[in-house]
Amino acid sequence: MQNRANLLFILGSLLPISLCVAAGVGAYQILPWHIPRVLLFHKDGFEVLIYVRFPRVILSAIVGAVLAISGATLQGIFRNPLADPGLIGVTAGAGLGAALWIVLIGGGFLGIWGVPVAAFTGGMFVTVGVWKIAQMQGRVLTVTLLLAGIALNSFAGAGIGLMTFLADEEQLRSLTFWLLGGFGGATWWMVAITLPMAIIGAIVLFRLARALNVMSLGESEAYHLGVSTESLKRWAVFGVALTVGAAVSAAGGIGFVGLVVPHLIRLMGGADHRYVLPGSALGGAILLVLADLFARTIAVPAELPVGVVTALLGGPFFLWLLMRFKKEAIYD
Amino acid sequence: MKIQHLVMLFCLATSIVTAQPVEVTDARGETVIIKSAERIVSLNGSTTEILFALGLGANVVGCDASSTYPKQVKEKLPSVGYQYRLNAEGILSLKPTLVIGRADVKPPQVVEQLRMAGVTVLLLKEPRTFDEAKQRLRTLGTAVGRQAEATALITALEKDIKTLKSKLTARKGQAKLKALFLYLRGPQTAFVLGRDSGPSAMLTLVGATNAAGKIKGTKPMTAEAVIAAQPDVYVLFESGLKSIGGVEGLLKVPGLAQTPAGRNKRVVAMDGLYLSGFGPRCGRATLDLFRGIYESEGAFVAKGQ
Repeated sequence: MQNRANLLFILGSLLPISLCVAAGVGAYQILPWHIPRVLLFHKDGFEVLIYVRFPRVILSAIVGAVLAISGATLQGIFRNPLADPGLIGVTAGAGLGAALWIVLIGGGFLGIWGVPVAAFTGGMFVTVGVWKIAQMQGRVLTVTLLLAGIALNSFAGAGIGLMTFLADEEQLRSLTFWLLGGFGGATWWMVAITLPMAIIGAIVLFRLARALNVMSLGESEAYHLGVSTESLKRWAVFGVALTVGAAVSAAGGIGFVGLVVPHLIRLMGGADHRYVLPGSALGGAILLVLADLFARTIAVPAELPVGVVTALLGGPFFLWLLMRFKKEAIYD
Repeated sequence: MKIQHLVMLFCLATSIVTAQPVEVTDARGETVIIKSAERIVSLNGSTTEILFALGLGANVVGCDASSTYPKQVKEKLPSVGYQYRLNAEGILSLKPTLVIGRADVKPPQVVEQLRMAGVTVLLLKEPRTFDEAKQRLRTLGTAVGRQAEATALITALEKDIKTLKSKLTARKGQAKLKALFLYLRGPQTAFVLGRDSGPSAMLTLVGATNAAGKIKGTKPMTAEAVIAAQPDVYVLFESGLKSIGGVEGLLKVPGLAQTPAGRNKRVVAMDGLYLSGFGPRCGRATLDLFRGIYESEGAFVAKGQ
């Protein structure tokens, strides 16, 4: 227990450090120790920090945190290490919503908000669809939920494929930009809309930690131990859909974080969800903030797709952890 | 002495005139006030080309990945990346006073961020006709205070258009050739450009028929559709031809050998920016395209250098 508290403490102190580093470094040259002066006296670079860099850093932290908590929750619910936040259809649904919007509606209606709103709606719609399909006589079987998710994922994927076929060049560019994901378009408005949803969703998911621990014994065991597995699943899907829907709408599809960060956290401190969920939130935020920092500074003044960087940074680290801990059999 | 003074006064006056804020109309019909063209970041290849042609190359401090002409651009200027994957801070790090690009740069929020940071952003419609190309030259000339140079470019362009027109009149009554515009990036990535798809407008300008005219936009190529279209000549970007291993490689792509174009090895390959940019060289490009389609045999390559 002490060990886990320590790990959370370390992650909790690494997050503000990485936020500060990410806020202090960028393509626009401002020496980190000049930043307070720039902010206080409106010096050269003030607008760059306020309107461009800060919202971007904060948005990447929010998105990283919610993707990782959602991944951890779904891995717990499905008792499957390969579960990722997209499994309940929210990511593919958001992609389909965005694609339908760009190709069939498009135009200036709703302006730059059109695509995020359509994406969020699409994500919710497909998730509700997965839930309804999985429901049988008022109960949702985990395995049906999983299969319904896979089915609707591939259906939404086909829809996106159809839309890319129908798209003209400009629509195609909007679409690929959106599907690849990234924080190039981060604004304070986006932060303001994403943050409350992320907080609500995170609170919902954190409260499930104890039930998720019991769930790891098996669904019927959990039921007999007095856990309301139905309401657990309902709240989990709700929390994941809300947070991931918001994250994906703001930043597009960013892979790897939701799948691997929970494993990193488990490898370091065990599988207790009361530790894994907050640990994943912190770890996901740190990883994505640093990955985005790397993405926007390595090829200055251009940038790399952040999804590439998350895999590039996280992959080897994950392998190293796996090699180191596999003998200790923390991981089963 | 007096004349020298007058000349100096004139220079001073013109420099003041060009330094004054100017107003131009952007793609959405809105007025953009340009205060300074001292440091320009160009977000598209033909804009970069035009700025250099206007003699303002020294003021360009950054460009995008599509900026390939003139040659010194690639060697000297920092690239802000792909114009549909921009990031505001990278552009701002070059400390521009003016950013010029296409109306559809991505993500759109970047434009907002640049404006918030006090940078003037001018987004212009990508031309598809000679008139629009001239209009863009004029607008850019005004925007950066080089109207005279812009007028000279337009005059040169008009001369090329005249030559093209006389060639087209000379061909009047003869059958139009069917050209198929291919977009290739290796054998697995093959598209045809149908109507309303960017560079295929060039085919109509030189009096050729788009063999894929029934298709709207850019669509994946299928072998049977190519054979059914029976094109007389293939038109493609030089980089695309290279990606597939030249004419030899091209004719190995299923379907391409079984058409008149394939049997006669009629291939016109031109530099991408030259062929599709609608910049200052677009008149010359149409003449080259005309030459390639109607006045040559076998393969024709034009780099537009």
